[in-house]
Amino acid sequence: MNGAQDLGGMMGFGPVAGEPEGEVFHADWEKRALALTIASGALGEWNIDMSRHARETLHPTDYLASSYYEVWIKGLEKLLVARELVTSEEIAASSVLHAPRPTSPPLAAADVAPTLAKGTPCDRPPQAPARFKVGQAVRTLNVNPSGHTRLPRYARGKRGRIERVHGVFIFPDANAHGLGPSAQWLYLVCFPASELWGREGDPALDVSIDAWESYLEGAAG
Amino acid sequence: MGSVPPPIGGDNHAHRHDHDDGGLADIELRVRALESLMIEKGYVDPAALDAIVETYETKIGPRNGARVVARSWADPAFRRWLNEDATAAIGSLGYSGRQGEHMTAVENTADVHNLVVCTLCSCYPWPVLGLPPVWYKSAPYRSRAVIDPRGVLAEFGLRLPASTKIRVWDSTAEIRYLVVPLRPAGTEGWSEERLAALVSRDSMVGAGLATDPASLAGEAAA
Repeated sequence: MNGAQDLGGMMGFGPVAGEPEGEVFHADWEKRALALTIASGALGEWNIDMSRHARETLHPTDYLASSYYEVWIKGLEKLLVARELVTSEEIAASSVLHAPRPTSPPLAAADVAPTLAKGTPCDRPPQAPARFKVGQAVRTLNVNPSGHTRLPRYARGKRGRIERVHGVFIFPDANAHGLGPSAQWLYLVCFPASELWGREGDPALDVSIDAWESYLEGAAG
Repeated sequence: MGSVPPPIGGDNHAHRHDHDDGGLADIELRVRALESLMIEKGYVDPAALDAIVETYETKIGPRNGARVVARSWADPAFRRWLNEDATAAIGSLGYSGRQGEHMTAVENTADVHNLVVCTLCSCYPWPVLGLPPVWYKSAPYRSRAVIDPRGVLAEFGLRLPASTKIRVWDSTAEIRYLVVPLRPAGTEGWSEERLAALVSRDSMVGAGLATDPASLAGEAAA
């Protein structure tokens, strides 16, 4: 979706403010927001693409005016309500009004380290040969889906070159909407800045994205 | 405690959560309330929440990535492995899992400088770099890294010659990129531990270079 999350190439946000390496959290509530997000995710009620979609469907003014952990908490509330684990009334009242819905047991403290160390790999065995090969010219589709997508606006309808074939990966555009993994070949596609930004493009800049096969079509040359 | 970091939009002058009255900011109350609900309903275990926080405060951070880079500088076989199968090479040092399931290492060269961004959210290689800093998740960085990376780097104090090519990696999938900065001159024969001390978080995102040991010597002498 063409939401506020799709920031590449926008202007006017001001300079980047660096930050010392040791500053992991800036307030206690950030720690709790991180931990709640991870522990709730471990219930297995949603996948990472659904999490991202919950965040990007915040109103654009809300998204941009929120710090990142605020966005996470607002996204988490939406997911919990959508999965009927908590109700909006409970969130508004800050108290339990309904019995919990049966779900997986909570992540135990002893399982935190192994769960984090394992992660959630998203590659899948190939079912068909890759359509494109390294070095091939491709063009990204000019598409504007209203649902979740990982093809940023600045890289739509652009001609680039396949630099690597990453393998077959879960397709977020489907997975975010509960349509299953729908795994596809994933490619590293590289564009010269002039293709993305026209005459303002830095002549010594290349930008790459990771693009699923259905984002791409073959191009001449 | 109680501060609200800058919004994604980068407005450092917002005072939406002003609480000079000594009360808690809206977001603190909101998170606290949600945590209580989740614990009371039995969906999360408070001990697990503490363990998650402790992990990212004390165990998983950019010193992990610095050890990967130092090993790559010191050990040609490891370097080849890192370039061919970064997930396995990094895993051999004990770093794996969440937000690092599919790693790729990209080496800076004399001619090419790499910079990593996630324009769509905040994708970042957690097992080697820990949690992303605020700037990495903020609109100023995410918007400009792909169109004006030289300007962004200059704000980090890094002014590259116009002849240095810049390659920006937008992390739009689950591949996580680790920049391997150039090994500084004058570090021949150094131990991996000494080398790792030269590798900053920012240099592994591409927002900086490895520390020049000459500058460290200057500090020590001063």
